[in-house]
Amino acid sequence: MGLFILRRTGVMILTALCLTFIVFFLTNLYPNLEKLAKTQGNFRMSDEAVASWLGNNGYLQPLPVKYGQWLGVAPGWTHETDEGITGRCLRGTATAEEAAAAPRFCGILQGDWGYSTVFRDEVSGIISTRLGLTGKLMFWVLVLMVPSALIVGVLAGMREGSPLDRSLSTFSIITTATPEYVSGVIFIAVFASSAVGLKWFKGTATSAMESANFENFFLPVLTIALYGMGYIARMTRASMTEVMTAQYIRTARLKGVTFRNIVMKHALRNALIAPFTVIMLQFPWLLNGVVIVETLFNYKGFGWTLVQAAGNNDIELLLAVSVVSVIVVLATQLISDIGYVYLNPRIRIS
Amino acid sequence: MEPLGWIEIITRVLYQFTSVWVALVILFAVSAAFKRRLGLYGKLFDSPIGMIGFALVMFWVFTGVFGALDLIVTHDPLSQVSGMKNKVPGTPLRGAEAGDYAWYLLGGDNLARDVFSRMVKGAWVVVQIAPLATLFAFMVGITLGLPAGYYGGRLDTFLSFLANLILAFPVILLFYLLVTPEIVNTGVPNYMAAVLFVFPIVFLAVLLNSRYYTQPKFRTPLLIGVLGVAFWLYLSLISTDGYLVNSKTITIPALPQILDLFDIPGGILVVFVSVVFVNSPTVFRIVRGLAMDIKTRDYVAAAQTRGEGPWYIMLWEILPNARGPLIVDFCLRIGYTTILLGTLGFFGLGLPPESPDWGSTINEGRKLLSIYLHPALPPALALLSLVLGLNLLADGLREESLKD
Repeated sequence: MGLFILRRTGVMILTALCLTFIVFFLTNLYPNLEKLAKTQGNFRMSDEAVASWLGNNGYLQPLPVKYGQWLGVAPGWTHETDEGITGRCLRGTATAEEAAAAPRFCGILQGDWGYSTVFRDEVSGIISTRLGLTGKLMFWVLVLMVPSALIVGVLAGMREGSPLDRSLSTFSIITTATPEYVSGVIFIAVFASSAVGLKWFKGTATSAMESANFENFFLPVLTIALYGMGYIARMTRASMTEVMTAQYIRTARLKGVTFRNIVMKHALRNALIAPFTVIMLQFPWLLNGVVIVETLFNYKGFGWTLVQAAGNNDIELLLAVSVVSVIVVLATQLISDIGYVYLNPRIRIS
Repeated sequence: MEPLGWIEIITRVLYQFTSVWVALVILFAVSAAFKRRLGLYGKLFDSPIGMIGFALVMFWVFTGVFGALDLIVTHDPLSQVSGMKNKVPGTPLRGAEAGDYAWYLLGGDNLARDVFSRMVKGAWVVVQIAPLATLFAFMVGITLGLPAGYYGGRLDTFLSFLANLILAFPVILLFYLLVTPEIVNTGVPNYMAAVLFVFPIVFLAVLLNSRYYTQPKFRTPLLIGVLGVAFWLYLSLISTDGYLVNSKTITIPALPQILDLFDIPGGILVVFVSVVFVNSPTVFRIVRGLAMDIKTRDYVAAAQTRGEGPWYIMLWEILPNARGPLIVDFCLRIGYTTILLGTLGFFGLGLPPESPDWGSTINEGRKLLSIYLHPALPPALALLSLVLGLNLLADGLREESLKD
C-alpha cells in the first residue's frame, strides 16, 4: 500500500511538471507575450517598444531557463536600468544594496508563486483567498448534492421498473442533460428576474462573498449540484439494482425480513461502495461547473480567477491555477482508489 | 399591425417547422414499417424512451439541415432591424415590406436580430460540428486505444500517461489556452489539426490492409483509391488559401488553392480541433478497457491460433464485438460535445461573436436576463432538448442492445 501511494505520488508530480510546462509553453508564445506587454504598457506600443519591455521584464530568455526560474532551480534574472535594478526576486525597481540582499532563487520550490500582472498582487495571496471562497461554494454544493443524489438513487434502485423508479430516472437524465449555463440561465430567468416577478433569489452572488445567505447563495449552489447529481444518482441506482438481485437479499426476503430492513440493513452498505468512487471522480467535473457558475453569477472565486488569468495571459497566476487544479484532480483520483480498496473487503483481503 | 398573442405565436412557430414535421413523420413511418429488417436501429422503435430520444435528436437534425436551406427561418439571422431591439415575442416588424415575414416570432435580441431565426441557424452549427468531431475523436481513440489494450506493457503505460495528462487539464483552461486569437496566430491549432486528422487515414489504411492483404490484386487498387481520396480530403481540410500556416513569422505551404475542395473558416477549425482533442482521451480509455476485456475471449485465441496478424485481430475481431458500448457512448459523447460547443460559445471563444450558435446566444442573452428573458431562453431550451434527446437515445440503445 505504501509503495502504491508513493508511486502514485511520483506519477502525480511528473504529470504536474508536464502540465505546467505545456501551460508555460503556450502562455510564453510570442503573440501572447506581445498581448501581455500591450495590456501592461499601452496598446499603441511599437514592435521595438514591446521587445524592449519584454526584455526588461525577463520574458525574452530561453524557455527552459524561464521555466527553471519559475520552478526555483535556476537563479532569477536581474536587469539593470538607469533607475535601478529590476529582477525576478525583486518587486518594482530596487537599489543595488536591496538587489544584493534579495535571494537568488525564487520559484515555487522556495514558496514564491510569483506576481500577478492582472491583480497586481502576490499570486499566493490571490490563490488562497479565491480558493477559500470556492471552498465555501463547493462545501454547500456537496452538502446539497451528495445526500440528495444518494437518496434519489437508492429510492429509484430499490424497486426496479416501478413508477417511482421511472420518474426518478427521468429526473436524473434531465439533470445530466442540462449544462450549468443552461440551468443557471433558466433559474435566473424564473426565480430572479423582474420579468417573471417571483424574485425569490438574487441573480448575482457577489454579495455572498462576504455574507452568504439563502437568498444570494442558493441558486449558484443548486446550479452546480444539479448537473453532478444526476450522474451520481444513476450510478447509485445501477449499483442498488445490482445489489437487490443478489442472493443474500433473496435469502433475507425468504427469511421474512421486512422490505424496509432489507434496504436499510442489507442492501444499502453494499450499494454505496460504487457511488463513493463516482463522487470522488466528480470533483474535476465540479471544477468545470465552478468556472461557469462563478462567471454566470459573478462570484469572484477560483473559477472566476481562472477566467481572468487566462483572458489576460497572466502567466504566473495561470500556472498557479493549473498547479492547484492538477493537484485537485490527481488527489481525488488517488483518494478514490484508496477508498475503494478500503471500502471493498473483497479487494482489501486479497 | 397588432402584436401576436401567445397561442398565435405557438401556432405560427409550429407552422414554420412544417418541413421538419413532414420529414419526421416520413422517417418514422418508413422506419417503423421496416423495423424488423433494420437491426439495432429497428429495435430502437420497440423502446418508447429510445423513440422519444430519437425523435428529439432528428427534430434538431432536420431543423439544422432545413434551416441551412432557408426553409424555416423567417429573417436573416445577422441583419438588424431598427426599432426591434429587445422587443417581446410576437412584435410586428416595423416597416415591413411585401416580401418580409411580418413578425419577430420570438422577439428581438439586444442587437435587434430575430431570436427565432438565430436559434434555428444555431442548430446547423451544432449539427455540422458535433457528430463529425465526435467521429474524429473516436477514430483517434480507437486507433490508439486498441493497441494499448491489446499489447499492454510500455506502450500502454506511455499512452495512458498522455491520456491522463490531457484529462487532468480543466477543460476550460485548455480551451482558453488553445482558442485565443493569439494562439491561432502562432498556428498551434493548425499543427494539432494536421496531427489529429492523420488518425482517420491511418485507421482506414490499417482496417483495409489487415482485411485484404491476402489478396494483393484487390487490396492494392482499393488502398490506392481510398487513401488517395482520404489524403486529398485531409489536405483540403487542413489547408486554407493554399497554406497550412500563414502568419507573419511562419509560412508553410500546403495544397494549392485550385485543388482545395473546401475551406473551413478559421474559427470553426480551431473549435473542431480543440473539441476532438478534449474528447479523444476519454474514448481512448473506454476502447482500451474494452480491448483488455475482449482479448481474453476464446474467439481471439482462435484467431491467434489461426495465425492472424495483431491488427486483424484488433480491428476485425475485437472492435466489432465492442460495438455495443461504443455506439451507446457515441450518442452520449455527441451530447457532451454539444455541451462543450456551448461552453466555448458561453465564454466567447473561437466562433465569431455574431455567430448564431447557442452558446454565444445564451452568453449575449444572459447579460440582460433580469429584464428580458426571451433572447436567452430559446437557445437554452434548444440545447437542453437536444442533449436530453441524445441521452434518452443512448439509454434506449443500451436497453435494446442488452436484450439479445
